[in-house]
Amino acid sequence: MLIQLPADTVPSEITPRAVFDKRREFLKGLAGTALAAALPKSACAGEKFSATLKSPWSTTETPTPYKSVTTYNNFYEFGTEKTDPAQLAQRMKTRPWQISIEGLVKHQKSFAIDDLIKMAPLEERIYRMRCVEGWSMVIPWLGLPLATLLKHVEPQGATKYVEFISAADPKTMPGVASAVLDWPYLEGLRLDEAMHPLTILAVGLYGEVLPNQNGAPLRLVVPWKYGFKGAKSIVKIRLTDREPWTAWMKAGPREYGFYSNVNPAVDHPRWSQATERRIGEFAKRRTLPFNGYAEQVAGLYTGMDLQKFF
Amino acid sequence: MAGPATARQLAALKRILFVLCLVPLLRLAWGAWDDALGANPIEFIQRSLGSWTLNFLLITLTVSPLRRLSGWHWLLRLRRMLGLYAFFYAMLHLVSYLWLDQFFDWQAIAKDILKRPFITVGMSAFMLLLPLAATSSDAMIRRLGGRRWQQLHRSVYAIATLGVVHYWWLVKRDTTLPALYAALLGLLLGIRALWRELERQRQTAGADLGKRTLRNTP
Repeated sequence: MLIQLPADTVPSEITPRAVFDKRREFLKGLAGTALAAALPKSACAGEKFSATLKSPWSTTETPTPYKSVTTYNNFYEFGTEKTDPAQLAQRMKTRPWQISIEGLVKHQKSFAIDDLIKMAPLEERIYRMRCVEGWSMVIPWLGLPLATLLKHVEPQGATKYVEFISAADPKTMPGVASAVLDWPYLEGLRLDEAMHPLTILAVGLYGEVLPNQNGAPLRLVVPWKYGFKGAKSIVKIRLTDREPWTAWMKAGPREYGFYSNVNPAVDHPRWSQATERRIGEFAKRRTLPFNGYAEQVAGLYTGMDLQKFF
Repeated sequence: MAGPATARQLAALKRILFVLCLVPLLRLAWGAWDDALGANPIEFIQRSLGSWTLNFLLITLTVSPLRRLSGWHWLLRLRRMLGLYAFFYAMLHLVSYLWLDQFFDWQAIAKDILKRPFITVGMSAFMLLLPLAATSSDAMIRRLGGRRWQQLHRSVYAIATLGVVHYWWLVKRDTTLPALYAALLGLLLGIRALWRELERQRQTAGADLGKRTLRNTP
């Protein structure tokens, strides 16, 4: 697979030598002693991760303010209003938290969230996020490539897809009492999409532990797909040979497809996807194919009719 | 409640109502000024204006059944203002769509109206509101004649129905609120249908009784 850097990597973004050298030092430090240094003492939202790496995959666009990122959320387990998650997600306990890896893997395994965080140095990934509803944000995530975890558990040869299953605890999640979606929330990717270096498991944003309303303690981020593909509060990752039937496909198969790549040329049956409102901006912007990541991911879909596989 | 006895009391009541009906708009303006409308203020303004259009349509439709149930005939004197406020909020809702949402991109707007059923329906409802607003004055009632005016203004039943459909088709998944509006509208239209049916039966019975009386007359 040919990996191309984002077109928006401009010279000004290239890390100065001095900073780069520090990165080397940091990596040496990691190799020597405790990766746990990166972990905050308590895993409460808002707690800082002490050391993280910059990434060439990040965009140079201005991040959406923290307040907007953490108060305007779609997280139906806590209600269907955008303001519900910020108000109601605090009841969810994110420690201890286990994530089990099941299905077609050589090593079926269950990870405690803090062990998973220590699996690789955390990277900052500043990504565009485009919601299927027609708005977008720029979010500085912290996380690790999903590929790192998948390589660790070794997918079997027959694996074609990866399923992500979210928590659905009626005691702490008032939204699951309503049949607005088929709980637990289920999302999925093709294995090559899951292994793509842009695909990450996020554990933080803005340098801090992920707030509950953003999908703590662990969520999927796939920046070239509509936001709902990013399963939140993941408890299970299952490798399979069958295309997953996702929560939104069940809710509206005509409106939400398995791929759900950002595509201005394929409208939602009820509204246009040609433009988007970037949160914090007045005028709308044109939506870009694959949310501006076409150079990196269009190759995954060569020869596919994207009108059909929407 | 006795209600306003004199013309002066009625005028005072109307002034109070006039200001009350502006409160939703003033709250939005204050929220926009104070940056208190959340992360997506444009969406908030647009949704809020739409909700208040529906609210005023339903309030207007409540006047006549409430008057009949309560016997407060003076309620009817407030109906025109409530109806005009429904039109006022509908117009602001439309302006917020044309300006804040679409930024006067007429090509996109034309495509939206033709291609998006929920916008087609919303726009139709607004177009149907125009003749009602235009014929709301006493002079127009006189010019049309009470009967024709009333026939024309019955289209508000269709307008409110289109408004609820517009809302229902727009929401992504959770139809709780549109369903609530639909239920209230169903109640308001249902009670009218029921009364009309009872009236029809009464008249038929009356006619039968009339016939019988006639027959029994020697």
